[in-house]
Amino acid sequence: MWSIYLNVVTQGVLTGLVYGLMALGLSVIFGVVRVVNFAHGEFAVIAMYAAFILFKAYGLDPLIAAAPIALAFFAVGFVLQMVLINSFVSRPEHEQFILLVGLAIIITNALLMIFGPDAQPTNLPYAFDSYLVGPLIIDKVRVYAATAAVAVSAALFAFFRRTRTGAAIRACADNLIGAAVVGLNVKRLYALTFGLGLACVGAAGGLMVTIADATPSLGPAYTLLAFTIVIIGGLGSMSGALVGGVLIGVSEALAGFVIAPSMKSMFSFALLIAVLVLRPQGLMGKKKA
Amino acid sequence: MLSVRDLDVFFGDAQALSGVSFDVAAGGIVAIVGANGAGKTSLIRTIAGMHRPAQGSILFNDVDIAGWPSHRVCNLGIGQVAEGRQIFPTLTVGENLEMGAMLPRARRKRAAQLDRVFAMFPILKERLRQTAGTLSGGEQQMLAIGRCLMGAPDLVMFDEPSLGLAPAIVQDVLRTIRELNREGLTCVLVEQNVALSLKLADRAYVLENGRVTLSGPGAELLADDRVRQAYLGM
Ligand SMILES: Nc1ncnc2c1ncn2[C@@H]1O[C@H](COP(=O)(O)OP(=O)(O)OP(=O)(O)O)[C@@H](O)[C@H]1O
Ligand SMILES: [Mg+2]
Repeated sequence: MWSIYLNVVTQGVLTGLVYGLMALGLSVIFGVVRVVNFAHGEFAVIAMYAAFILFKAYGLDPLIAAAPIALAFFAVGFVLQMVLINSFVSRPEHEQFILLVGLAIIITNALLMIFGPDAQPTNLPYAFDSYLVGPLIIDKVRVYAATAAVAVSAALFAFFRRTRTGAAIRACADNLIGAAVVGLNVKRLYALTFGLGLACVGAAGGLMVTIADATPSLGPAYTLLAFTIVIIGGLGSMSGALVGGVLIGVSEALAGFVIAPSMKSMFSFALLIAVLVLRPQGLMGKKKA
Repeated sequence: MLSVRDLDVFFGDAQALSGVSFDVAAGGIVAIVGANGAGKTSLIRTIAGMHRPAQGSILFNDVDIAGWPSHRVCNLGIGQVAEGRQIFPTLTVGENLEMGAMLPRARRKRAAQLDRVFAMFPILKERLRQTAGTLSGGEQQMLAIGRCLMGAPDLVMFDEPSLGLAPAIVQDVLRTIRELNREGLTCVLVEQNVALSLKLADRAYVLENGRVTLSGPGAELLADDRVRQAYLGM
């Protein structure tokens, strides 16, 4: 009896790590550029379709396809920030909101036009393989996807902590006037950041097709999901995004198992409200001075 | 070295600088004196490329840099020790210093500049791995100066470097500026301590409501009755 719950929790943790990677992108972008990417989930869905097509057309495993998709998303994010979003950074928030929500609507409707509303399953040959660990039966795909998500997150952490460019991006987040004083090219660093944020979504979306079927309506749902995770974990906190992702993954899995899959969002939002009441800055967030 | 001509700067409808002209000779120290809100910081930031002037030219070694973005201005060798220090509080002292040397002009000289900064401020070497936000005010000012020197500048604009520091440390900071100048660094100095800055300066400009109202050798301004009344309380 107990082992069933353990199985459900393990599944939730693994899925949650992929959610966490997606939310990490949102958190990094907001933490540095101070723009909320309201099209975040929609980008994840583009990545899912990209992985789906690469698999259907070329038989490319989504776990491998996630890498080139992340790279392409990095380029898209870089260019998008350079040509469009940079000029909105110092504008009022409602204008940024309209820009990015507009982008989200365009993406969802373009996907609807191209692929139609039906869910497209990516039938991986090893989709139903699993590992047996003691009482646990763990899906192989989830293990692979979660491992890849952790690897990408770790690489991003290392980039921010260990490289000069990473430090320069943190410097922009720390003190924008200081960044201009030492002559950091803030617009380029913002573009790099937006690119990295989208690379996270690209990778996460690519991995996600191993767990979920691609459909355009997932876009707004994932945007909301990424928000919930980032707010639970703490806005701007990178580790918070992963912790939040795991919490939401587990809460969704448990709610889906104990009550009904359609009820899973309710528990995520309950968790969100609990965090907002008890610890408004998020679990790993710092109190604003 | 630096020659500013007829500079106009606006913030929205409010004019912060009108027709400001001044010159800085290579190797000199130029003081800019003025009351709160006179436009000293606006002037420095405009030269640094952080504000775009509506009118006028900024010649640095005969290149007009008016309207250039700050990273290009810095890369020409114009450094700034900004008002309020503007360090990166969550970065370590070492990372803060590295941020001063990100531009092409400074990258190759990084190791040599770092040695120079450590020789000047040994305390920064001790605190290398500490986050900059944990430093005392005086240490933060040393970090701000050190970070600026990492960029291997030819001209440094100091904006109220002694603001909020204990009197003993104020002396240290001003002594450092004089030493740097003796080593060949050209300096622009904005300092609330008008008497000290005029003593230090070869040339000084008085800024009032965004206009230059008086200029001349530092010693001459120090003896000027208007300056003595308005800024020295005599
Ligand atoms: N970013 C800004 N936006 C709008 N107005 C500004 C801005 N920066 C400065 N000002 C205004 O421009 C004028 C000059 O300000 P500035 O900071 O240059 O003066 P200052 O001489 O450096 O004064 P202080 O001695 O207080 O540092 C002031 O009236 C100030 O309110
Ligand atoms: Mg000022």
